[in-house]
Amino acid sequence: MGFLDIDNTTKSYGSLEVLHKVDISIEEGEFLVLVGPSGCGKSTLLNMIAGLEEITSGEIRIKDSVMNGVHPSRRNIAMVFQSYALYPNMTVGKNITFGLEMHGTPKAEREKAMKDVAGLLQIEPLLDRKPGALSGGQRQRVAMGRALVRNPDVFLFDEPLSNLDAKLRVDMRTEIKKLHQKLGTTIVYVTHDQIEAMTLSTRIAVMNGGYVQQLGTPQEIYDNPANLFVATFMGSPAMNVVPATVAVEHDKPVACVTLHDGSMVSLQLSQENLSAWDGKQIMLGIRPENITDEDGADRNSANVVKLTNRIIVTEPAGSDTFVTTSLGGKDVIARMRSDADVQPGKDFQFAVNMDKAVVFDPETQTRITSE
Amino acid sequence: MTNIDFKTRLQQWLPKLVLSPSLVLVLVFVYGFIAFSVYLSFTDSRLLPSYGLVGWENYSKLWRLSHWKTSLTNMGIFALLYIGICTFIGLGLAIFLDQKIRAEGVLRTIYLYPMALSFIVTGTAWKWFLDPGIGLENVMQGWGWTSFEFDWIKDRNYAIYTVVLAAVWQTSGFVMAMFLAGLRGIDNEILKAAQMDGASNWNLYRRIIIPQLRPAFLSAFVILSHLAIKTFDLVIALTGGGPGRATELPATFMYSYTFSRNQMGIGAASATIMLMTIAAIMIPYLYAELREEK
Amino acid sequence: MVAATQDTAIRTGRSVRTLIYLVLLLFGLFYLLPLYVMLVNSVKPLNEITGGGMMNLPQAFTLEPWAKAWSSAQIGIDPTGLSPYFWNSIKMVVPAVVISTILGALNGYVLTKWRFRYDKILFGLMLFACFIPFQIVLIPMARMLGLMGIAGSTSGLALVHIVYGLGFTTLYFRNYYAVFPTELVKAAQIDGAGFFQIFWRILLPSSGPIAVVSIIWQFTNIWNDFLFGASFADANSQPMTVALNNLVQASHGVKEYNVHFAGAILAALPTLLVYVVAGRYFVRGLMAGSVKG
Repeated sequence: MGFLDIDNTTKSYGSLEVLHKVDISIEEGEFLVLVGPSGCGKSTLLNMIAGLEEITSGEIRIKDSVMNGVHPSRRNIAMVFQSYALYPNMTVGKNITFGLEMHGTPKAEREKAMKDVAGLLQIEPLLDRKPGALSGGQRQRVAMGRALVRNPDVFLFDEPLSNLDAKLRVDMRTEIKKLHQKLGTTIVYVTHDQIEAMTLSTRIAVMNGGYVQQLGTPQEIYDNPANLFVATFMGSPAMNVVPATVAVEHDKPVACVTLHDGSMVSLQLSQENLSAWDGKQIMLGIRPENITDEDGADRNSANVVKLTNRIIVTEPAGSDTFVTTSLGGKDVIARMRSDADVQPGKDFQFAVNMDKAVVFDPETQTRITSE
Repeated sequence: MTNIDFKTRLQQWLPKLVLSPSLVLVLVFVYGFIAFSVYLSFTDSRLLPSYGLVGWENYSKLWRLSHWKTSLTNMGIFALLYIGICTFIGLGLAIFLDQKIRAEGVLRTIYLYPMALSFIVTGTAWKWFLDPGIGLENVMQGWGWTSFEFDWIKDRNYAIYTVVLAAVWQTSGFVMAMFLAGLRGIDNEILKAAQMDGASNWNLYRRIIIPQLRPAFLSAFVILSHLAIKTFDLVIALTGGGPGRATELPATFMYSYTFSRNQMGIGAASATIMLMTIAAIMIPYLYAELREEK
Repeated sequence: MVAATQDTAIRTGRSVRTLIYLVLLLFGLFYLLPLYVMLVNSVKPLNEITGGGMMNLPQAFTLEPWAKAWSSAQIGIDPTGLSPYFWNSIKMVVPAVVISTILGALNGYVLTKWRFRYDKILFGLMLFACFIPFQIVLIPMARMLGLMGIAGSTSGLALVHIVYGLGFTTLYFRNYYAVFPTELVKAAQIDGAGFFQIFWRILLPSSGPIAVVSIIWQFTNIWNDFLFGASFADANSQPMTVALNNLVQASHGVKEYNVHFAGAILAALPTLLVYVVAGRYFVRGLMAGSVKG
């Protein structure tokens, strides 16, 4: 039994099932991120944890107490909304203490709690202002303050950074991470931004179409994506996925892909037990940072394959240079060091780190594992 | 060369040209006429306009007339009750309708249809409904409640309240629509946040929702007060100003003094005072609204 | 407990909900009652009404009051019923609605897409004109109509309503066009379109909804007006509302209540019909004139 258990939970609107048997269990102090594209069901799941949506079947438990049907204000949770949802007619101070007031906390305690939280979030000078007079970042902090002051068991965040501009988003992301480290609170966080998911979480649930596609640590999700969706959703630029044919040569599996000029090259695969796939088509996934120039390749890898291919486009980004080439008939992005000698239209010696490559079944779209 | 010049110059002037007929109409027929009437209020006009200035004489006569004082008292009572009750009913109905009511569309249509009627029709309908002889009193007595009395419309002390009743019947649906729109404009996430904070429905409305309806309250007040000051048709149809002068309002006073009593100067003075009152409410409101826009 | 849905986060208990429905229903009855009374009593013979029982359904159903109200009731000198006055109203309303709407559209166009100095003040002036007590213009307007030679005619009434309806129609179109991006006009200018072409080809085609709102609002207000009709019409050009009032207030002879009711409904029918058919636009008109932004 975890701190927060989502036990085989489904959600239906009439006959339409939107969340299918979600099963997630997290421990106290974890930072769970629900990430996925619009409409994947992450906000619905969050609202069910909050009690703002009914659970059609299954159970949600916090600290082993069943929360089905319990009013949101009695679950000891707090929520930070996408639009912050601050009460426009009250001052910041009142906004923060409103929840405590509704729960009957005496005035002196409320004041103290408010001061503590204001100090923590550095919003003391704002206490007498109204939300209309605050900037986006300030409102965000007040919204977090309102949640923190309740000292809840679980914090829920519903895309809190979506309304901020890019730079502010990065700053606030770090703030949230620092807060989590300092306070050790249990957090469930919804976002569509995979970078937020990767940087903030202890575990990620990647969702699509009402299903949890994969639940795991950021590293697991990144290195061993369960299917094509997770592989291409996480990571930016996205993982390159090209068609390849498996051949087993001297007991070692290779992936045969076509190069830009149409010729074939055999890439040594690090996976074992692929004999069942001999002669069959697979989808080969290689992340851009694993296609580099020779000197930039990972020295610790046991399986770096060299190949010569035509450079189609170069995009110097300052810190790296992104190069587009072609494999298996598809455009493929490689990430080079910025001083690599790359010119469009010329051939180049690439180094591909096949240790990090993943293979997918083209029909089920799942990753081919060794079992 | 001259062609291009002319065309661009024409294009520059065209907008102002197009606007000018309306502008001229408004300047003449509204502001020009206002100036004329105000001027008349300082003259000795009786049956017809005359231009001999008499200073403030009309105004001082006005304030000594008991009819005028009655109409002002009635206006005060009427406006207070009309605005207050309309706001109360309008807000209440809007809040109730906002609770995911099944027949909401039908109910809204029913509440609002009186606004589509002329005040004459409304006055006529209520006149008979409230008539002791054939109206409600008669019906109640016919149903067995023989001691039921409801002759307000014939009672000097209570007639003004019948005007309130009919006016509220006509306009409260409109106020409801305004508040409903205001309620629907409130960010849903704020309501969710308040739920999580544990606010009961009572607190939710009192502390969070109603304070956010301030713009709607203001609009309602402005619209209702300007309607109240202009009330004329309803009184004519419902009571004719009577019994006696019991339901006289400034608008009916002005009409009777100008056209039946041949006291145009005094009539003009009363109209000027009506204008000033409305201006005192509308001008700040319009100014604030227009200034907010970019 | 009724659970929250995505639309509203407010939950209400069973007993509260019953109370709410009850109150709403009672108010529904309150608003419908006068209409019911008028309808029901307009199809009764007179003796049934004078005998009492205003609320009862007719024992002897008759449409005679309606026929009388329309064509033979005594309103003016001749017993013509309400029909000639109905047509007076039409003659007054139609041109007034059409012209004030067209002018309003043009004004709205100019005020939003061809900004110039003082345009806000000018708009403010036009807007304030909507709210003045019309008593203040009665005397000079009577003189002016006399000077123009259209005193006591439906054309005179039409003019009056055009002038005093301009403020509202301009308001509607101005607020509606304000949301149109100005870039559209600039792009059209670069393409070589002139002032009227831009209006005709770009703004007007998309103006359907607001034109309907303006037309309905103007129609309702002008049809329902009484003050101007009473002040500026003579016996032949009186609109429906004035005629109705005369019919009802007539003190000679027996009061034929059933005819009065039929007449009142006749007077109310056009605007009621418009409301029932296009109520949505009617509400938009109400809203647009009050709560801004």
